[in-house]
Amino acid sequence: MFEWLKNKNYPNFWNVYQNHFKNKTEHDLNTARFVIFDTETTGLDTKEDRILSIGAISATANTMDVADSLEVYLKQATFNSQTVEIHGILKEGSIIKIEEKEALIQFLDYIKDAILVAHHAAFDIMMINQCLRRQNLPKLKNKVLDTGILFKKLDQCVSKNKLYSLDELCSVFNIKKHDRHTASGDAYITGIIFLKIIGELSQARKTTLQSLFYNPNRRGLL
Amino acid sequence: MKNTIAERIFDFLKDFPPFHVLSKEQLYDLSKNVKVVYLQKDQYAFKTDESIHNHFYVVKDGAVGIFREEDHALVDECDEGDIFGLRALIRKGNYILSAKAIEESILYSISSELLEKIINTNAQANKYLLASFVTNIRNPYSNENKDSLFAQVESIQKKESDFTEVQSAQYSKNPITCLPNTTIKLAAKIMSTNRVGSIIITKKEKPIGIITDKDLRTKIATGQFSIEENVKKIMSSPVITYPENITVAEAQIAMLQHRISHLCITESGTSDSKLVGMLSEHDIVVIHGNNPSVLIKEVKRTKTADDLKYIRTKAQQLLHGYIEQNIPVFFISKIISAINNSITQKAITLSIEEMDTPPPTSFGWLALGSQGRKEQLLLTDQDNALVFENISKEKYSQTKKYFLSLSDKVTDKLNTIGFEFCPAKMMASNPQWCLSLEEWKKQFNNWITKPDEDKIMLCTIFFDYDLVYGNKNLIDEMSESIFESIDRYEIFLNFLGLNALKNPPPLSFFRQFLVEHSGEHKDQFDIKARALMPLVDAARLLVLSNNIKDYNNTVLRFEKLADIEPQNKDLYLSCSNAFKILLRFRTQQGLQYNSSGRFIDLKSLNKVDRLKLKGCFKPIKDIQELIRIRFKLSQML
Repeated sequence: MFEWLKNKNYPNFWNVYQNHFKNKTEHDLNTARFVIFDTETTGLDTKEDRILSIGAISATANTMDVADSLEVYLKQATFNSQTVEIHGILKEGSIIKIEEKEALIQFLDYIKDAILVAHHAAFDIMMINQCLRRQNLPKLKNKVLDTGILFKKLDQCVSKNKLYSLDELCSVFNIKKHDRHTASGDAYITGIIFLKIIGELSQARKTTLQSLFYNPNRRGLL
Repeated sequence: MKNTIAERIFDFLKDFPPFHVLSKEQLYDLSKNVKVVYLQKDQYAFKTDESIHNHFYVVKDGAVGIFREEDHALVDECDEGDIFGLRALIRKGNYILSAKAIEESILYSISSELLEKIINTNAQANKYLLASFVTNIRNPYSNENKDSLFAQVESIQKKESDFTEVQSAQYSKNPITCLPNTTIKLAAKIMSTNRVGSIIITKKEKPIGIITDKDLRTKIATGQFSIEENVKKIMSSPVITYPENITVAEAQIAMLQHRISHLCITESGTSDSKLVGMLSEHDIVVIHGNNPSVLIKEVKRTKTADDLKYIRTKAQQLLHGYIEQNIPVFFISKIISAINNSITQKAITLSIEEMDTPPPTSFGWLALGSQGRKEQLLLTDQDNALVFENISKEKYSQTKKYFLSLSDKVTDKLNTIGFEFCPAKMMASNPQWCLSLEEWKKQFNNWITKPDEDKIMLCTIFFDYDLVYGNKNLIDEMSESIFESIDRYEIFLNFLGLNALKNPPPLSFFRQFLVEHSGEHKDQFDIKARALMPLVDAARLLVLSNNIKDYNNTVLRFEKLADIEPQNKDLYLSCSNAFKILLRFRTQQGLQYNSSGRFIDLKSLNKVDRLKLKGCFKPIKDIQELIRIRFKLSQML
């Protein structure tokens, strides 16, 4: 109701981001820009934990573009020493780190209105949304796909109720696990998985962009 | 900004040519702009007649087939690290071939513009791409490309070596000279005063001839010329000239090649420039004792097989050095054959001395197979045979007995020296292969007129013979009779042709598809059967059908063929080139792993080697095609 009033107070970068969604060009599976991304965090508590780094790479049709990628590391106020051994990012490392707000600016400027893709996307989206909230900004407006859910559309996925980890999908698709547990490395691997799933889906039957967002597992709940 | 993905791509590309010669910054720049393409099985990267993309491809995972659309022929298979679609660098026109994933694949697509920028500043990468481009086009041995295909790859690989052979040779800086109108007497005096064995005749400081001690011995002391004549009368002319930076190895080869012992060093390296020095064989001997002519001289002085073994070991070291320095393999094989021959000759004379009586009649000792073709570089097993003059029936069994026991001694010695016994017993000590001239003729005639698979196989070994010791007339008669038999029974050539096509070359290196499928050498590439023998067989067949005699060496055979069939010159020369590359390769492998070098572990090959070998397959394929058509073999297959 007060949307127009709020809008005025948003910083320019948010308005620019939001404007991308006014473009109503119809996209199909071959023209849509996907951004596959992953976040490394200090932990799994979406409220308390913080993002350490974001890695992202874009894809159109069957091609990922390394030149159109993002890799940022965030300065930390809170630091959870327990997860250091997983992601290897120390509080004071040698990598250049930026403020959370700067990371958001870069991230929004990068993703634009792309369809976001992540493995177990809900968590990563939630983490980003928490950042936005701390900056008094609304939630992300992008459409989201989850490779964990997309995988279940494939015939080769036998147990539809199982939660597949990224590692498990790597072995299903025979992908070498380089740079696991770095945001960019995981984003890249997720990207390969995504392209493979899309490839397999479009080979098996006519697949549209819209149909990707349909989650067969929810059928029973409706 | 850190770019983990680009770093990973960098790590992958850096091991593959041409990227391995780029600087870190160049390659990282390239990696940051890579596009990662996922292809499902049977999905196309590009199709024939599609306009050219502005990027080319490197296979990251999986495999891509390059197809010709007209007949769906698979032209090439690319797997991990292979580049394709380089036509993008031309930036004009359409693709000639299609690229389709043979299995699900991930490709790195790289901006051709970016690479172009880099190769313009990186000569090495430029050369490499040229070479790899050439192997991917239809006619890799058309004249303008011929040299780039082989020579350029080589130039990238060339490493600095600290072997003495590549050091510049130390030549005498103040050669003794005289003018053409000097009398022989005066020249001899100058030589004596300066205690030298040679004098160079110069005109305007340019070398025009040379007189050595030998000339004085053979032309003056014999009274052929008067000592009052001008040196011009007896000088050897023209002289062989080289530039100042001649290496020891080059000098050795030049001397062997021209059968001379002195080289003139001039400013420009031609005889039309100022003489600056002279290099004699002696200068080289001083540099190192492991020299082929020294070894051959040593052979002549030896008394036992064990001494010969020691010399053969030294020859092996020599071989090592030559291969290291990229000395032309044709010269290496000449040198090694010369040493092998003199060792065998010595083994024969030593054995004759051990016999109670001298040979009852004249005979010839034949080296067969690769030794007969003078292509044996590594120590392999011995293949030999013996022919003796026709003798009366009464004396036959006694004579044969004599030569068999002589052969026993010789083969025994060769075994001690390091040429192991032939497991198939193709040796003169085998009664089957120790025959009189008449018997050999009959034998060959039988093989030619009633060929079967076994006999054809024997032909491929026995027709490449070389007289190592004994009576040359016997050999000439044998050759005569072979050609006569073939003349009368030409269909034999078709059989030989069929045999030459038995081993088609692999299309390319592709996983395990072209390596041996079973046995001890599973997963290895049989370079002998799959690459060397097809060329050897083709060359033999073609010289026999052209009635060319006395050419028993594959390189020489192809060169001769190029001479007499100018329309196929390019093909023959590329075959000869391919053979040299393959022979060098086998020798390198053999030396490295102390084996016969025959089976190559594909995993041990880097991309440069693979590309080099791959370049050799194309001429093999084409020469087999020529044979198939010329001998109308399609009907027989």
